[in-house]
Amino acid sequence: MKQGIAARTILAVVFASLVLSPLMVKRFAARHEEARTKLDFQTALARHGFYLQEVSHAAGVDFVHQAPTLDPRLNHIMPQVASMGASVSIVDFDHDGWPDIYVTDSKEGAKNALYRNLHDGTFKDVAGEMGIADLNRPGTGVSMGAVWGDYDNDGYEDLLLIKWGKPELFHNDAGRGFTRVTDQVGLPPWINANTALWLDCDGDGLLDLFVGGYYSEDVDLWHLASTKMMPDSFEYAKNGGRKYLFHNLGNGKFEEISAQVGINSRRWALAAAAADLRGTGHPDLFVANDYGVSELYFNDGKHFHEVGEQTGVGFAPKSGMNASFGDILNQGRYAMYVSNISEEGVLIQGNNLWVPKEDTSGDKLKFENLARDFGVEIGGWSFGAQFGDLNNDGTLDLYLTNGYVSLDRNRSYWYDFSKIAGGHSTIINDAKNWPAMEGRSLSGYQTKHVWLNDGSGKFVDVAQAVGVTDTYDGRAVAMADLWNRGVLDVIVANERGPLLIYKNTVIAENKWIEFELAGTKSNRSAIGAQVTLFWNGQLQVQEVSGGSGFAAQNQRRLHFGLGKFPQIQKAVIRWPSGKIQTIESPAPNENHMVEEPR
Amino acid sequence: MSQESIAAAPQPAQRLHWKRFFSAENRYLAPMFITCILVVGDLSFGILESYKKTGLAIAASLLAELILGRIFVGKWPNLASAYISGISVGILVRSPAFWPYAICAIVAIMSKYVLRVKGRHVWNPSNFSISVLLFLAPDTVAALSIQWGNYLLPMVVIWILGSIIIARLHRFHITGTYVACFIVLAFLRSYVAGSPWQSEIAPLTGPMYQLFIFFMITDPKTTVRSKFWQCIIVALVALVEMILRLLHVVYAPFYALFLVGPVALLIEMWFDSRRTVPVRVAA
Repeated sequence: MKQGIAARTILAVVFASLVLSPLMVKRFAARHEEARTKLDFQTALARHGFYLQEVSHAAGVDFVHQAPTLDPRLNHIMPQVASMGASVSIVDFDHDGWPDIYVTDSKEGAKNALYRNLHDGTFKDVAGEMGIADLNRPGTGVSMGAVWGDYDNDGYEDLLLIKWGKPELFHNDAGRGFTRVTDQVGLPPWINANTALWLDCDGDGLLDLFVGGYYSEDVDLWHLASTKMMPDSFEYAKNGGRKYLFHNLGNGKFEEISAQVGINSRRWALAAAAADLRGTGHPDLFVANDYGVSELYFNDGKHFHEVGEQTGVGFAPKSGMNASFGDILNQGRYAMYVSNISEEGVLIQGNNLWVPKEDTSGDKLKFENLARDFGVEIGGWSFGAQFGDLNNDGTLDLYLTNGYVSLDRNRSYWYDFSKIAGGHSTIINDAKNWPAMEGRSLSGYQTKHVWLNDGSGKFVDVAQAVGVTDTYDGRAVAMADLWNRGVLDVIVANERGPLLIYKNTVIAENKWIEFELAGTKSNRSAIGAQVTLFWNGQLQVQEVSGGSGFAAQNQRRLHFGLGKFPQIQKAVIRWPSGKIQTIESPAPNENHMVEEPR
Repeated sequence: MSQESIAAAPQPAQRLHWKRFFSAENRYLAPMFITCILVVGDLSFGILESYKKTGLAIAASLLAELILGRIFVGKWPNLASAYISGISVGILVRSPAFWPYAICAIVAIMSKYVLRVKGRHVWNPSNFSISVLLFLAPDTVAALSIQWGNYLLPMVVIWILGSIIIARLHRFHITGTYVACFIVLAFLRSYVAGSPWQSEIAPLTGPMYQLFIFFMITDPKTTVRSKFWQCIIVALVALVEMILRLLHVVYAPFYALFLVGPVALLIEMWFDSRRTVPVRVAA
């Protein structure tokens, strides 16, 4: 009898402990959030090695993004439908060696901006005089993003503008202006696109172009034929926009070949990025889809093979809103970061950090999601993210922006959102069935995340400590050494909010090295070129990207942090043409301009 | 689904084989049905968060039942009920972490042994553990709240098959009453909140409700005995759910059952005790 009572008492205690264990887990997790407290400049520098100071106004940039006004039948849910379009891409359009900034606006009639770097810490908007400002005219749709690539190999980066509307391609006339070539190159009349990137998919030295549709291309969001234009499922939607792969023919024209090469998706693409994941010399393509699984296409130079499920990245459907690559463990292999939605008490998708599994490579490559283990899982309603070594300590850190719709702080739309999200396709698909937002927020006013990589598989959020305290509805993040100081600054485009420029200050003890590549046989932009840097017995690989994150493009220049006392053995460049170039003992704290050997 | 009550059902001598299969005698009918939902849902739409997590929930549930059954009942228990609890947790819990699956499954089983009144457990095990977890760990755990696939057919098949099985198990009146009440109250909510009626009906078309109405609210061990009162109680669940929904509580159905179910059972027990007292006195 006594034994029975004792056993039941123990059972009750264990039971109570288990029931309360979530509180203990939460308390334990809170200990890791100490670093989120705000620090002053000097303390942050001493503790984390860097500090980000928002300087947009001082830099002459007072750009505020505006959202479009779509068909009146969407008025009741307008804030969440018209919720994208703030983008940022970095380009040295005039080839003066200083990064410039291009940002999009999305209000009908509003102007996009091209901020020319004046080399003195300030920028000047020259989009108007360059002919790439007035691109949101009524009837043509509105801007959603822009990516830069030298498609005709003349040494100047050309501009592809994607819209919910007519995509536009502008030829860069030696940095003196832009010529609209949309009609000559053969782009379709209308794509509701939210992602695009330049890549040389077949290694012919000419940049090709991937464009991912979000809403179906037959939907004119200003003149809806039907309100049945929403996703037909929250996690399995396949009624989105089609995908396009424009093959560069080299004569100023492109040929659309997506179906020929095996890209046939109608998922709701929000982000795409390309990198050579298997060492084949060809860029593989990753597409993060909203309302569904991500897609990974292995590229053999002629065909793309969808291997999302096979590799593990395309199994669990989430709300993919970002695609970026980074060699986070200094192993010479890329991890992929995909942002999703996490809202306490409603939906915990968690962001994905897809890390290559050990002992898998080539066509057998598999990934595992280590976002939780690495501490980069929960980021609110996450959007754009980029990897970059923010404190030059030799490991890639991660900057994530977030926040969906910030309206009334005290009233949330989440209950209604969750209600409709669980509905059958015939209900969720029709916008008129969606409850009115009535000024309520949906994951608004969220704090951002700057995860500092300790190099051993742990990231610590230091956003508040290092000066990232804004709570705008963040969309696009880009990184660039804006003032040629050997540090990565961060530029953030916010929906219905200001463009933010976080100027970075890094402790001088940490060294760095940069590489600015120019292809000869390969595409002139060197997009797809990989640099593997060997120093202090470790290595890190980076690749020139034609667009990554969400609606963003980093500077083409590759930036490596080196930590203190670096001994650089070599930098090995693998050009898209297949050429391997080795630079022995390149000097630290320099930007190395490298042209592909002819 | 409680196996004890299924096993206790009458066994007519002459029954067709298929009828016997689809009858209350078959204690494995409910587990087979939920497994069917799981397999078909996952093969066609990949519904599971991950095989590992669902496997963990099932394994933890079975292990807990085996250990606790052996210790506190003195024999190896039938695992059908624990299997349903584990699989329900595996499907309904959504979390990027592994620990909630294990904790939720173990708490579900333990609740049967700990939260007992007069020898009877008062909460549906998976309802209890999922509600607790949703309440205490909202930063880590959510419940399945989205549609499986885009097609009407799988939903109709599950509804028809589920209805047939539940009817054979003599529990359809519970499911039917709840669904009827939900629909009526959905229109009332639509009127009160001014939202489209389709959005109020929408949750009912999702898989969470399919599991909720076929496996949670029908659990014989945690429902009152009389058919009439079963219908009244489940209508009350729907009513409390409506109130919670008007307060914008996302997991209203789980919390409604969590609140109403035990109270109903306790009241029934109280009435039972009042009835038995005079008998004892007379004896």
